[in-house]
Amino acid sequence: MSRLTDANVVIAKEIIGRYPRPKSALVPLLHLSQEQNGYITREAMVHLGELVGVTSAEVYGTATFYEMFRFEPVGKYLINMCGTMSCALMGAAELMHHAEHKLGIKAGGTTADGMFTLAHAECQAACTEAPTLQVNYRYRFRVTPTDFDNLVDDLRAGKLADEIPAHGVLAKVRQRIPADKGVGAVAPEDVTEGPAWLDGKPAL
Amino acid sequence: MSSYPHAPGFVAGDRPKVVTSRFEYTDSFTIERYLATDGYAAIRKALSKPAADVHEEVKGATVLGRGGAGFPAGTKWGLTPQQVWPRYLVVNGDESEPGTYKDRLLMERDPHQLIEGCLIACYAAGLSQCFLYIRGEMALAQERVATALNEAYAAGYVGKNILGSKFSVDIVLHWGAGAYVVGEETALIESLEGNRGMPRLKPPFFPAANGLYGQPTIVNNVETLANLPWLIRNGVEAYTAIGTKTSPGTRMVAVSGHVKRPGVYEIINGTTTFRDLLYGEEFCGGIRNGNKLKAFVPGGGSAPWFTPDQLDLPFEASQVGPAGSMLGSGAIMVMDETTDIPAAALTLTHFYAHESCGKCTPCREGGTWLERILTRVVNGTGTDADLQQLIEVGTSICPGDFPHASNDALGLSAVPFPYKMTTICFVGPSAYAPIHSALTLFRSEFEARVTKRITIPVTAVGATS
Repeated sequence: MSRLTDANVVIAKEIIGRYPRPKSALVPLLHLSQEQNGYITREAMVHLGELVGVTSAEVYGTATFYEMFRFEPVGKYLINMCGTMSCALMGAAELMHHAEHKLGIKAGGTTADGMFTLAHAECQAACTEAPTLQVNYRYRFRVTPTDFDNLVDDLRAGKLADEIPAHGVLAKVRQRIPADKGVGAVAPEDVTEGPAWLDGKPAL
Repeated sequence: MSSYPHAPGFVAGDRPKVVTSRFEYTDSFTIERYLATDGYAAIRKALSKPAADVHEEVKGATVLGRGGAGFPAGTKWGLTPQQVWPRYLVVNGDESEPGTYKDRLLMERDPHQLIEGCLIACYAAGLSQCFLYIRGEMALAQERVATALNEAYAAGYVGKNILGSKFSVDIVLHWGAGAYVVGEETALIESLEGNRGMPRLKPPFFPAANGLYGQPTIVNNVETLANLPWLIRNGVEAYTAIGTKTSPGTRMVAVSGHVKRPGVYEIINGTTTFRDLLYGEEFCGGIRNGNKLKAFVPGGGSAPWFTPDQLDLPFEASQVGPAGSMLGSGAIMVMDETTDIPAAALTLTHFYAHESCGKCTPCREGGTWLERILTRVVNGTGTDADLQQLIEVGTSICPGDFPHASNDALGLSAVPFPYKMTTICFVGPSAYAPIHSALTLFRSEFEARVTKRITIPVTAVGATS
């Protein structure tokens, strides 16, 4: 089952409704699909194409551009090790070496139990806290080899389940626009006049 | 002085706070805290004036864009064509320039301030829908902004008839999926339309004229918008009293690498020097272990490097530009005397080669070439000819003298490096920038790495009979 579930279709339609053009919702919907399945499947891309009104080839075109989308299963925990300049200056290569040793896999690989995928990553916007890593996009700062060992052990033992969801789940909070509060999206061609508040008078 | 454990990286200080005033509270991201600290007072004040007056205030304060190019926000808003509707606001929260992070902290620690900034921009420039684009990898920022938007909608600060006025705007949270190039404004728009995030050719059309769905679109950086509530509350005079005439206000700067106290600092624009930042006791407190400074990157991974000779330059575009670099996105990466310069340059070149979207051939092919050649050199298997080859490939991406930093004689003071390039956006030239800087400043380190292999021309073999 890799089409969106009925519950997720409801969420998908809500997201699509916020944009003047449905295709704009594609990247958020790909995330929704990855949240459901852990990665992006062919059937999912066909389904998303149906939902936003484009071909599955176009969905594939968009999806393959972005690094966060995976097209094969990955470990429950994706560990992205930053290796760009600030982290490199503070020992990222040594940390990566340690991580490979600890997990018994090379960067890019997944442990046999399907728990961990280890990956090289580019700048994660936490440069002063180098070296950094993200587990399913949750940060760990100034990571020492001991910190790394503890992190892996805690994840294995399920101690961080509250903080770090399985791969695919990004934000745990969704935006909700109440029907009575939202302005609503309008296709640009249906807008004929300027905003009401540009009449030269104060709006309030 | 304390650094707040809940905002790792941020270092407070006894300086004017325009955008980080709430960082000291552990609940700075909640609507309760925001309302208790002048929150949403600025939009109320703005709505009591005609939109054009608010626009004039932002113009008058010369709020420079904090994303990299430093283009004044008020002027940018004025570039939209008259009587073309609708116009959109796209917030660039796709922060991913190596060394940079300030937008992430502003979104995580004070999302309501950003939302209020968006409202002010939409009101002043007549923008009828706002898309807040957050980088895909920033899960916490997405959570905090989503929560803040839900709170703001429920309280009537966003949506239909805001505060009971005739001003209505939706703010839609959008999130990316990992692509550095999407930080470029036209690529951001492509991504927001659901396409591959490749930059559009410009000129002729800049987003202000032809952007999202072909409509006039303003793309502003998160930090730029976060400045607006303070500006509207306190007025133009108070804002321009901080900093210099050409660079008013404050700026968030991330200093990383080999300093004693790396961190994100809100500094006074225009007057603070690199020496203050790197050596000042209230800032980074000097180089680690008492080492000597070797070089530093002054404005994000794309910026040409500086050496200790340029330490006394202030954070002022009109001075850093002629000195050969740019302030960019406010990120300083510091290298001490122990740094392996070719290897450091390789990390950046690898980044840009990896992040090339593939649209322009010089960047797609050239970036990878640069990375491969430099890897050879760093591994000790390169030759003398490789150093020349690096320069040749690099100048194919951005021809002419390098760096092409702002050139007053040509009237290009507002244009950061480089103005001559064979690609649409700056990713290609950025792959070469670290190599050019490193090769120019520390050529001997490269020469020491290459093996002096003597090549024998094929025709010469066996010709000596």
